[in-house]
Amino acid sequence: MNSQERVWTPYRGPFDPCPPVPFKTYVVPPNQFITFQPPNLPQFSLPEALKHGTLWPSLYSPYESKFKGVR
Amino acid sequence: MWIYEKKLQYPVRVGKCDVRMARYLMEQYGGADGELAAALRYMNQRYAIPDKVIGVLTDISTEEFAHLEMIATMIYKLTKDASVQELEAAGLGPNYAQRDHALFYQNSAGVPWTASYIQAKGDPIADLYEDIAAEEKARATYQWLIDMTDDVDLQDGLKFLREREIIHAIRFKESVQILIDEKDKKRIF
Amino acid sequence: MEANPCEPRYYEMLEQLQVLDFALVELNLYLDTHPQDVKAIEQFNQLTYERTKLANQFQELYGPLQNFGRAYSKAPWQWSESPWPWQV
Repeated sequence: MNSQERVWTPYRGPFDPCPPVPFKTYVVPPNQFITFQPPNLPQFSLPEALKHGTLWPSLYSPYESKFKGVR
Repeated sequence: MWIYEKKLQYPVRVGKCDVRMARYLMEQYGGADGELAAALRYMNQRYAIPDKVIGVLTDISTEEFAHLEMIATMIYKLTKDASVQELEAAGLGPNYAQRDHALFYQNSAGVPWTASYIQAKGDPIADLYEDIAAEEKARATYQWLIDMTDDVDLQDGLKFLREREIIHAIRFKESVQILIDEKDKKRIF
Repeated sequence: MEANPCEPRYYEMLEQLQVLDFALVELNLYLDTHPQDVKAIEQFNQLTYERTKLANQFQELYGPLQNFGRAYSKAPWQWSESPWPWQV
């Protein structure tokens, strides 16, 4: 699990009709910990920067699909 | 003045013919938290904001238009060769009835874009906080879209766009900070 | 257009240009809020130089990237030739 992910468990009521989901997650991206980007942060190589969508590794936020099939 | 550049910001690829995703991607094309709303919101707010942050609003708005073109490219590639039956199966029957294969500024449920999606309060702090919230909402929308497809090529473009929202939010947060720090500056009239 | 836009070289050069231009967008936004960062300005200027060189090579082969007088045209008028960005 990546360190930007947070986990919580929705309340389970006694009359919930569906099988409960074990947990839910949300992402806290690095922009929540930076009020002002410091100068001279290490950089990705330029091709890597394009692939990641940012020039700076410390601002990168990974996200993986939760896709489990259509319908 | 604007000059169009005849290339995408990022190499958009779509790996499989999945018309269903075209419909969902419209959320980022003409939805409340989509790229059109973002571009127009920032480009309009810049006329009534302190000069120090006009550059940020202008440049992020301009980048949002490049993102709008990336989303349009995805929708175009997914629907270009789709038959009427395929469009109908993907829930795009009503769209076909109105406009054949044409794109339109509407959300994934077919609701047309409206200027009510965006705000201009004229207060720089209020406007920048709206912009930060807009970026986080667009980031979340990209996550839900990534969750809805197993096409790694499509995911790749969406992941790029999601990361851009995070960077834009940082720049808006820095803009707030710049305005807060104005306190220590001399007033010159 | 002299060169065929579907050939591998077109995609390679286009991506090289996207790589340089992306770094320039990132640095541009960063400099909007960090106007005193001289090192970042130097990097921006260096990449602008490289970008201009590569864009000129690309345009020589595949036609203009920008219109309204930002790039020269051969005859017939090259700007309106396919492919457009969403088609490639």
